[in-house]
Amino acid sequence: MTHKMHDEHSYPRAEVSPPSGHIFPHDHLLGTWGLDPISIKYLLDTADSYVEQSRNPQKTSSLCAGLTQINLFFENSTRTLMSFEIAGKRLGFDTISMSTGSSSIKKGETLLDTAATLNAMHPDVLVMRHGDSGAVKLLSEKMGCAVINAGDGRAEHPTQALLDALTIRRRKGKIHGQTIVISGDVAHSRVARSNIYLLNAMGARVRLVAPPTLLPKDVDRLGVEVSHRMEDGLRGADVVMMLRLQQERMQGAFLPSLREYFHFWGLTKEKLKAASDTVLVMHPGPMNRGVEIASNVADDMDRSAIQEQVEMGVAVRMACLDILTKKIREGAAP
Amino acid sequence: MTQASQTMTFTNARVIDPANGIDDNGSVTLTNGVISEVSLQPDTAVSSANTVDCGGQVLCPGFIDMRAHKVDWQAAAAGGITTVILQPDQTTPIDNDAAVERIRARAASSATVNVYPMGAATKGFNGREISEIGQMHQSGAVAFTDCFKPVADAQVMRRLLEYSQYFQALIVQFPQELSLSAGGVAHEGEIATRLGLTSIPVEAEAMQIERDVRLSMMTGTPIHFALISSRMGVEAIRRAKADGAQITAATAPHYLMLNENALEGYRTFAKVSPPLRSEEDRLALIGAVVDGTIDVITSDHSPVSADKKRLPFAQADNGIAGAETMLALALTLLHTRKMSLMDILTCFTHKPAKLLGLKGGTLDVGHDADITIFNPEKPWRVNADDMLANARNTPFDTLPVQGKVWRTYVAGRCVFQGD
Repeated sequence: MTHKMHDEHSYPRAEVSPPSGHIFPHDHLLGTWGLDPISIKYLLDTADSYVEQSRNPQKTSSLCAGLTQINLFFENSTRTLMSFEIAGKRLGFDTISMSTGSSSIKKGETLLDTAATLNAMHPDVLVMRHGDSGAVKLLSEKMGCAVINAGDGRAEHPTQALLDALTIRRRKGKIHGQTIVISGDVAHSRVARSNIYLLNAMGARVRLVAPPTLLPKDVDRLGVEVSHRMEDGLRGADVVMMLRLQQERMQGAFLPSLREYFHFWGLTKEKLKAASDTVLVMHPGPMNRGVEIASNVADDMDRSAIQEQVEMGVAVRMACLDILTKKIREGAAP
Repeated sequence: MTQASQTMTFTNARVIDPANGIDDNGSVTLTNGVISEVSLQPDTAVSSANTVDCGGQVLCPGFIDMRAHKVDWQAAAAGGITTVILQPDQTTPIDNDAAVERIRARAASSATVNVYPMGAATKGFNGREISEIGQMHQSGAVAFTDCFKPVADAQVMRRLLEYSQYFQALIVQFPQELSLSAGGVAHEGEIATRLGLTSIPVEAEAMQIERDVRLSMMTGTPIHFALISSRMGVEAIRRAKADGAQITAATAPHYLMLNENALEGYRTFAKVSPPLRSEEDRLALIGAVVDGTIDVITSDHSPVSADKKRLPFAQADNGIAGAETMLALALTLLHTRKMSLMDILTCFTHKPAKLLGLKGGTLDVGHDADITIFNPEKPWRVNADDMLANARNTPFDTLPVQGKVWRTYVAGRCVFQGD
């Protein structure tokens, strides 16, 4: 396949070809923390080619035919699970999905026993979502195949960050130097964390805007600017990423009411005036209309990239599945 | 066996007895398991069958471990611990005199080290009803605590202090403001934020101490704080002591050795309660042990099976199997030239004995011969596979350390032989 070259970064030669000889020197994709710009760029370039494939009437290839992909979801999900299923099927994987309802975890099996069971079935890639931070990493230590984190607790959701990056790159031409605002429930958000690490690695300027109760301690040390007032935080923004207000995670009194939240932190056309004229509005979904985002902003065809994000999601996941199984495929070739 | 008096002499020892300010070369003689003579004269004794040549190693009172969650006597003996103070968080909480007696009887028949339980401060750790402190005290409980959580209600805590004063029973408080710490599994800071873990702010510790200091002064009753983990906690204790409050405090070696970075990669072997805190906190804790703000070092020995540790971080059990590494880790304070050997040993001999009203912790003639002999310089590497503890959950595996126990004696009986 051909990779489009982007001129946003020029790296010293030595970095372009890492000493190991692998452009993506990782066995798993557990997070964006620690991913270097080369690996990220490689993932995004590969995903770009899959955007084209997915737009063709003939969407499915046989690149990964014969390989088994298991999607193991311990937390409810519709769009991420479907996105991974479609991505796998378009690459020719035998894709099997399992959700909590039908899993033995409910019967008291530990995560590592589940890992052993799955291992015995010889999957080639495992996609996993779990409610506890670090759970996917724990499982990956016991799996004999590549593991992709589809969201763990409030820690990481790397494919979401990658699809966001791909959307930004395609719309804006580059990520480097963009002012990107992430607004909403940062404290409970794995999407926010993965985006912060990835966007920082790619040289964006990341700004968080949220009420103090929804920002975790020392978050400024992760290399972001922090603001509490939407009107200040949005100033000059090239991209605004809204986060879902995770009502189901709200254990305490973080906010007085949704009404008040929308008044101060909901994204409206009025507040958006402070941002750049060409601002791009994003949301990982599912949206709470009238809570974190006004309907007329979400549906604004010129600014909103929300539907495009979903499309990029499939392409990015195809890229991850492709790259992480490359070793097996090349090893299996005669 | 003949009942003729049996004597045994330990010669060529560096005798350290913090309670009596002794640090000198000499010998110690036991008769029928009781210390009968401490001689600081140059060795004149002829070696015989009843003589043990210590080869210049340190001979000191056996260690008193003020916070252990399992009896695990083999691990204790290997760590030089001769008295285990068992926490009340057993399968069934130790919250009545029958439970105290059962523990003591079981320990007497199966363990070769001394075991004294602490009783629960409130019934079933419910935080509302004071447990039968008087009867448990009579049965041999040495102090009272809700162990892994504080007595949160101020009125209950006040009555607990007033009531326990009559029995001269020590109340041990776990300093953590519960409503601030609820659900937390890590220190509130950059690492927890990045790893996405629910966190506990340092203020939770200081606030609980500050409230309890007032209750202690109001009731005129001492309080011992079980585990201090933070600079703010240290400062609260230091202020209270300066104000004349009857406050004492303890910490464990892992808080002196590790900080929040140990959690990197979701390492559950470094999951403890209170959580490992920042580097600043770690340094403040060392300062507090050095200047005596913190009185006691405990192992907080908590053997947890791999099944309970190999779980997602939030679900994993707290605890470190710390008995066997307590001495070597505490001795880093000696090898970094921060503290004298005698001052370190005080933290797990004389001071806990005095706090708990136990007879041990010294080499006084007439006391049971609970003795530990160790080489403070000997280098070794912690190896989890070699540990004697019920479970080998240690974050210190493969760490090079200095200082190893050679022999442990309880009432004159050898319970551990190292090399």
